[in-house]
Amino acid sequence: MDAGHVPAVEVEDLTVAYTGSPVLWDLDLQVASGTRTAIVGPNGAGKSTLIKAVMGLIEPVAGAVRIFGKPGLEVRGSIAYVPQRATLEWDFPTDVLDVVTMGTYGRLGWFRRPGAPESATAEAALEQVEMSSFAHRPIAQHSGGQQQRILLARALAQDAEIYLLDEPFQGVDAPTERAIVRVLDDLATAGRTVVVVHHDLQTVAEYFNHVALLNVRIIAAGPVATTFTEDNLRLTFGGRVGVLAARAGSV
Amino acid sequence: MNPEVEILLIAVVTSVACALPGVFLVLRRLALVSDAITHAILPGIVVAFFLTGSLTSPLLVVAAAATGVLSVVLIEAMHRTRLVAEDAAIGLVFPAFFSLGVVLVTRWAGKVHLDTDSVLLGELAFAPFDRFIVGGVDLGPVALWMMSGILLLNLALIVVVFKELKLATLDPALAAVLGFSPVLLHYLLMTAVSVTAVGAFSAAGSILVVALMIAPPAAAYLLVENFKPMLLLSGGLGALGAVGGYGLARWLDVSIAGSMAVVCGLIFAGAFTFGPERGLVSQIRRRSAQRVEFAARLLAVHLLHHEGTMREAVECAVSNLNVHLGWPVPATRKAIAFTVARGLAFEEGPVLHLTEVGRRFAEDLSAGGI
Repeated sequence: MDAGHVPAVEVEDLTVAYTGSPVLWDLDLQVASGTRTAIVGPNGAGKSTLIKAVMGLIEPVAGAVRIFGKPGLEVRGSIAYVPQRATLEWDFPTDVLDVVTMGTYGRLGWFRRPGAPESATAEAALEQVEMSSFAHRPIAQHSGGQQQRILLARALAQDAEIYLLDEPFQGVDAPTERAIVRVLDDLATAGRTVVVVHHDLQTVAEYFNHVALLNVRIIAAGPVATTFTEDNLRLTFGGRVGVLAARAGSV
Repeated sequence: MNPEVEILLIAVVTSVACALPGVFLVLRRLALVSDAITHAILPGIVVAFFLTGSLTSPLLVVAAAATGVLSVVLIEAMHRTRLVAEDAAIGLVFPAFFSLGVVLVTRWAGKVHLDTDSVLLGELAFAPFDRFIVGGVDLGPVALWMMSGILLLNLALIVVVFKELKLATLDPALAAVLGFSPVLLHYLLMTAVSVTAVGAFSAAGSILVVALMIAPPAAAYLLVENFKPMLLLSGGLGALGAVGGYGLARWLDVSIAGSMAVVCGLIFAGAFTFGPERGLVSQIRRRSAQRVEFAARLLAVHLLHHEGTMREAVECAVSNLNVHLGWPVPATRKAIAFTVARGLAFEEGPVLHLTEVGRRFAEDLSAGGI
């Protein structure tokens, strides 16, 4: 953590509970500006919940989220969120470019309609995820990987400082995975902060420089080199140590 | 104005006014909520009717629309407790409201001009009797003015918050994140649906309003691929349903609202069956075309395997292919015709041969797997 810098995302004493027992318990996490952080943990660890709480989509029982030192809810428009792709109504009658243009709606505010500059932004974002030729296709006609790239392009059109991605690599094809990794590289080059819920332990070291190991509580967080260790993984995932030790062996 | 023309105009305006918010109901999978609202407004209508003595007073519209919105609030509150599923919550709330309305109507049936038949079905034919008279000048039927006003309100809502409604329908979470409250937009929409349902109530009754709200958008959804065309087409199909329904009612001398709902249903059935891209017929055609194409690929690979072998004359005989491939005769004929038409194969005497193009095609398939 760069001393003296305000963290891009700061989670303090965050507790989230749906019914009774907490999904996230007294969480503290700081994400430094310009880093690429993977959030890793077993199923039910609260990874998606953490992202949603940061976005203000879930109200915490206790604690606070600050974005560049400000209360999260005030500035959440400056965070781009790529949800798991099932959350969109893919049957909606519209084309890809229209959906990507929605990323610019936050800057437009109420009542103002998107025009040529917004379309240009959306087209550039589609170009970045290599989906330009699909701009005028109905959104219903796309594979899972293409859908993921459409959602990523929409987030890019938002031109945010912070990008939160929820399992973007889940069930996508190889070209999509490469396209997403390239976009993450571009974002890092541009100094943006990226936080990704990630399930593939083997690629953590390759794609990210920071990692937060989560299982209801934060087990460990910090640079991949020092944090992504066998001991920490065992603490995070519990019993299935053998498999994990083999996987983490490359670290 | 001629009362016939007045009725037709009221029918068209009502139908279009219903179809527009209906688009959002269909896309948000809230079709059943429209059913709930149109029933739940009844107690509001009855109480306001006792107070005002008119089915078309603005107070009645406000009071009844408020009960409609209240029913949506209750449904969602019940659903949020997680003790009741949403469909069950709908099924619990609207009969409660509606039965309260029915009890009120029957209790005072002798005193008011409102009976259960007109509540359920409406009666458009009586609409021209209630006139809008200002300073002794007859400006036409009140129902026409009221529905035109509601249509304009709906249009204004859709034009003003077009992008916000679209976003909140497609992805409520993003709408929330970007500062466009999906809850606010949802209740704006539900208010529009309630107001429209109240206005259309006297013309179409509480059951048939649902048909006018849902059938034209559901048909338009099957016919076009973009949102704006879907809105325009829904309005157009609604108008068509009104005109067609009016004609049908005149011809058969039956209920106008009933005929309108029937014609709207027929329009939907037409789109469902014959829609150019997503209709039943074109889907069946597309699937059968895919089957023929797949069969033609298998056929080409079969020809390649036996090309130049001793058994070619037997294996690739046009009259025998069905036996060797284990296909029914008509399917085999279709596949042969397809390969020949595409220039992949040609018949020489009794035997089917690959063309140069067909050989390369089959080799590619063979190498890459079908």
